[in-house]
Amino acid sequence: MSVTSAPYRSEMPDGRDGFGELLHAEWTKFRTVRGWVITAVAAALLIVLFAYLGTFHHEDGGICVGANPASGTCQSFAHPTPPLGPGGEAVTDTYSFVHRTLAGDGSITVRVSSLSGRVQAGNGNAASATDMAGASGQVQPWAKAGLILTATTKPGSAYAAVMLTGAHGVRMQYDYTHDAAGPAVHTPRWLRLTRSGTTLTGYQSADGRTWTRVGSAHLASLPQIVQAGLFVTSPPTAPAEQALVPGSGGVATGATATFGWPDLQGGWSPGGWAAENVGANVDNAVLPTLSSVGSRRSGSGFTITGSGDIAPSVGGGETDKNALTGVFVGLIALIVLAVMSITGEYRRGLIHTTLTASPRRGRVLIAKAVVIAAVAFVAGAAAAAVSIPLGNHILRANGNYVYPAGTLTQLRVVLGTGALVALAAVLALALGTALRRGAGAVTAAILLVVLPYMLAFASALPAGASQWLMRITPDAAFAVQQTLPQYHQVAYLYTPSEGFYPLAPGIGLAVLAAYALVALLVAHRLLRTRDA
Amino acid sequence: MSEALHAEWTKARTVAGTGWLLLGAIVLTVGLSAVVALAVSYSSTGSGQDITKLSLAGVDIGQAVVAILAVQTIAGEYSSGMIHITLTAMPNRLALLAAKAAIVSALVLAAGAVAVLGSLYAGRLILPAHGFTAAHGYALLALTHGLTLRAALGSVLYLALVGLLSLGVAAAVRDCATAIGIVLGLLYLFPILAHLVGGPSLQRHLEQIGPMTAGLAIQATTNLHHLPIAPWAGLAVLAAWAAAALLAGAVLLRLRDA
Repeated sequence: MSVTSAPYRSEMPDGRDGFGELLHAEWTKFRTVRGWVITAVAAALLIVLFAYLGTFHHEDGGICVGANPASGTCQSFAHPTPPLGPGGEAVTDTYSFVHRTLAGDGSITVRVSSLSGRVQAGNGNAASATDMAGASGQVQPWAKAGLILTATTKPGSAYAAVMLTGAHGVRMQYDYTHDAAGPAVHTPRWLRLTRSGTTLTGYQSADGRTWTRVGSAHLASLPQIVQAGLFVTSPPTAPAEQALVPGSGGVATGATATFGWPDLQGGWSPGGWAAENVGANVDNAVLPTLSSVGSRRSGSGFTITGSGDIAPSVGGGETDKNALTGVFVGLIALIVLAVMSITGEYRRGLIHTTLTASPRRGRVLIAKAVVIAAVAFVAGAAAAAVSIPLGNHILRANGNYVYPAGTLTQLRVVLGTGALVALAAVLALALGTALRRGAGAVTAAILLVVLPYMLAFASALPAGASQWLMRITPDAAFAVQQTLPQYHQVAYLYTPSEGFYPLAPGIGLAVLAAYALVALLVAHRLLRTRDA
Repeated sequence: MSEALHAEWTKARTVAGTGWLLLGAIVLTVGLSAVVALAVSYSSTGSGQDITKLSLAGVDIGQAVVAILAVQTIAGEYSSGMIHITLTAMPNRLALLAAKAAIVSALVLAAGAVAVLGSLYAGRLILPAHGFTAAHGYALLALTHGLTLRAALGSVLYLALVGLLSLGVAAAVRDCATAIGIVLGLLYLFPILAHLVGGPSLQRHLEQIGPMTAGLAIQATTNLHHLPIAPWAGLAVLAAWAAAALLAGAVLLRLRDA
């Protein structure tokens, strides 16, 4: 009688080999290498540390006045606090105003017979008082002369205006950020602004008889009694690229317009016209302005000279970019970490165990990418969430002006910074998988992510080439850190070095994501087709 | 010592990567220099350009390849385990590091000279066609011009010093990825941080102590009074970084088990 014994079978249930287990395995690998955890934490701390280093030195903070590009120094520093517009954005609201009080509905019509301009004498490097009084020059493209209706003459008030510009024809603008184009015409021109309840409408005419509508605005919070009349203003020239010291606002200009006698209809209060240089006494010298402005009666009308702008403020203050100085430092640490998470396996031979336990190699790569992306995202986003309030607090404490940014914008910058470093880490992981060499992969990733930024800002490349680098290289993703919008109606040097990127935040991030995806696909193919 | 040199030379000569890396350094340097020269024009940037510095811009990328070569020379031995054999055959660790430094320097000087001459030649061909002509006050790039010669020689020395800095860091940290991360961080972060921090005085200080920003002052041929640091002093700053890294590498190599 023979006894047959069944072969030994383990009582343990079969191990599962789903993606969840793979993720768990990769997370365990990361978590248990002490150096890697320290590197990830250090990356986040470095970002915060450099937020401090990047902002605390602004001890002589404020806006550079009398910038000398050759030595990078300023004669003095202004401490502006730009007024806030109805939408909460920082604005410039400086113009020469000849006005009367309007109660309720009404309209004002005037003929603009000429518009001329002046540019501050000197080269803007060391403007003296006499230089600021102005000299000859061309009218600025965005010099404005026309009719304005404003809640009050306090800078930052709600308003609507129809105007003739130096080179952009007739425009209807309201509440600083809104701009509608009329016909591209020149002086002489007739302008009309009417108020009906909270609706303001601008018209223009060539002869004062046939009128066409330029645009209209609905100003919900407009009070019953408003100030309306003639205005002239002229923004500084956009600073030239070569002569730009960070924070310098260009060269002051002025514009002079001659108006005919205004024709008034509706509830205008009796009495004469009052002249006022709105915003001239406010300590908001973000924009350089000429000192010789004002108005006088001339013949049967007014001649008004103005300097300044009625527009959103874009230059001169600080943005989140200073607080995020350290992202590059953290980025390099995370790139090294991401590369080592795969090249370390090759070096130690662990890759054989990994691929034996999980023969589906594509899933191994994806699991690694998920883990490293999550680690990098958390490190980047957490560091940004600490850095931005910290950096902005230090900047403000040192007398700098920091542009206000909405909660949603701040959230976008924080999450975007996390996504940026996460995608860069995935790109580095893919390069590490493809090259299997630590040195080569780290170098390739750093050259892709850091070198374009350095070339764009710290080399002799012209602004045009820098803009292209910020479109087509992985650094396009830094667009997520832009907090100030770019306004076509404000002439400014909208370059990346001033915090303005050529692509929208989402698109910029998508460019980096495309790089990461392509690298991941190549790495996937190589991992599957090569022997480990 | 000559045996150590011979051994290191044999290693460098027979590893396939060396030739490719040197070729890559030359191609990338000349390539980036040419691209930058093609990207600028007199009409877009105006006068006051330093065309010598412009045509040597490729050193920015070439140095990264030099760093790989130098890092691989020693950290590569740690990752392959070769270091055990090397140290068994050559127990004098300082002599070993000195031999590696000599070989890296020689290779980088040779490749750097080719890369720099190629870059200047590319600039000489491209820049006049982009408006940088005698009529606009720009002389043709030539090594007979004293400052251009200094910039060229200095750039070659710069690359060699970057190689030594990388070798020292790699000897200290013994891991390729970490070492290259540290070296490229040291090189590239200073110019970026100097750009991002707003204050002119801190910016200047950063440019004075950064190995890349200080070292590349040697490329300047115009506006010499406005440099953050004098050309040769700048190269000395980089040399100090390289010496400090080599010293740290030598001490750690001497004290630690392989």
